[in-house]
Amino acid sequence: MQQPNKSINYKNLFIYFLAFTSGFSIMCIELLAGRILAPFFGSSVHIWGSIITVFMLSLSLGYLFGGKLSTHSASLNRYGLIFIIAGITLLPIVTSSTWLMESIFVAVEDSRYGSLLAATTLFFIPTIILGMLSPYSVRLLVKNSNESGQVAGRLYFVSTLGSALGTIVTSFYLVMWFDINTIVVSVSLLLSLLGLMTITLAKAKSSFYKAKAQRDISHA
Amino acid sequence: MPNSTSKLILSIYFLMSSFIVNDALAEVIHSERSLYRNILVEDKGDLRCLKFNVKTNKTRQSCLLKSQPQQLVFNYTKQLLSGLFVNPEPKRILIIGLGGGTMSNTLHQLLPGSYIDNVEIDQSVIKVARQYFGFLENDQIKTYSQDGRVFVKRAILKKQAYDWIILDAFNGDYIPEHLMTKEFLEEVKSLLSENGILTANTFSSSKLYGYESATYKAVFGDFYQVSNQDNNNRIILARNNGLVEKLDEAQTIVKKNGASTTLAIELLAIGVDAKKLYQSMKSTAIHQDWPDNNPVLTDQFAPANLLNIDSD
Repeated sequence: MQQPNKSINYKNLFIYFLAFTSGFSIMCIELLAGRILAPFFGSSVHIWGSIITVFMLSLSLGYLFGGKLSTHSASLNRYGLIFIIAGITLLPIVTSSTWLMESIFVAVEDSRYGSLLAATTLFFIPTIILGMLSPYSVRLLVKNSNESGQVAGRLYFVSTLGSALGTIVTSFYLVMWFDINTIVVSVSLLLSLLGLMTITLAKAKSSFYKAKAQRDISHA
Repeated sequence: MPNSTSKLILSIYFLMSSFIVNDALAEVIHSERSLYRNILVEDKGDLRCLKFNVKTNKTRQSCLLKSQPQQLVFNYTKQLLSGLFVNPEPKRILIIGLGGGTMSNTLHQLLPGSYIDNVEIDQSVIKVARQYFGFLENDQIKTYSQDGRVFVKRAILKKQAYDWIILDAFNGDYIPEHLMTKEFLEEVKSLLSENGILTANTFSSSKLYGYESATYKAVFGDFYQVSNQDNNNRIILARNNGLVEKLDEAQTIVKKNGASTTLAIELLAIGVDAKKLYQSMKSTAIHQDWPDNNPVLTDQFAPANLLNIDSD
């Protein structure tokens, strides 16, 4: 059954937009991480060392897991679910970061390892989940092996563009306008809402095709 | 075409001559790029200065006269000594932000029995202070290469207390934002002994002024502001127990004894006019020059550097 051309484009556009948002969210949170850790671990150079290490490590794992996950019955539905999980796993940054960092601060004297542990505790899991979205997007977008490189290239372009925008918007403006917690909650809500939208869209689409298929059968 | 060429040559000439004049006045005797900034040690005749940035004059610096290293050269270092009017005999002193170590040296000279802890994030600054500014360390004077906030938090855990905390970690170009929040000042307050005081070298221009003032007031209540008309530094002098009740008492002590106290004599020896310094102290209980409803800076909201951009 061939899908109509126009709706494929809209679906793909939506997936690119989602990839853009995930790129935006990753760098927005990474930038805030420096602020979140500073009260307990300071602003020495090694703080950024800890943060960047944790983000790079979790992204690399996220890419690996996301790619693996996409080999088993990949669907828009699951894709949306990943967004919702990413949104939810960001919430402990708001609800529990203070007491978590406090106990790490007390337990680990060296602020290098303290900040590394704190960054891991707070950002490792949400960043893995956000990283999973990139390979999963490629899986949903690629229709044949010939265009796979181009699709992957476009996806890196869009999500890295999102990262660039997330970095500059957060550091230039958002921190001046809002509390850190407000920004994190907003990102979490944005991701969850987009996830819900994706799932709704997937449901609507499948029921639409089911109905259409039934119509076709009855016409035949 | 020839006209524009000659203009170009002329402007290059002026540009170069201005460099030459500067070079003749100041000689850079040490420069290095540390993890945090460019560090320059400059000699201008008898004056030796530690600079953190070459381009702007806004940058705070630490200077000494090579022939009289005990003299305080800059207004803001003199203004920091106003703390002695409120707390004349601090036994334990904490200095956050070392610079050339001149403050530590001066305080050791004034208060030879006191213990001084210096905290400086940049190892290179500590090295330069030792090498070029005669920064003195001994059993009583210790230096810690650490972030100020981390040091304060650890000190609280160890149940330490200081009679005088000096906050001088802002060099004008970049503000460590986590050292200007309500939460940090609350930590500093809890590290002060019962009659302990805080003096902070702060900003008197830009939008940041109101935010910073409101934050200090939210934690300490009213405080003294020490500033001169001729420079754009402002020192905040706050007491752990608040100023209001002690205001009259402190005033009478200085008024009664005037310039004849031993403190005034000692201050004069390092180039500080006690009476003038006392007159430059103004309580915010009497005059507050920022709006009451100014938002405070917190760990959640601390765009100090962004607020400092719009200086006028």
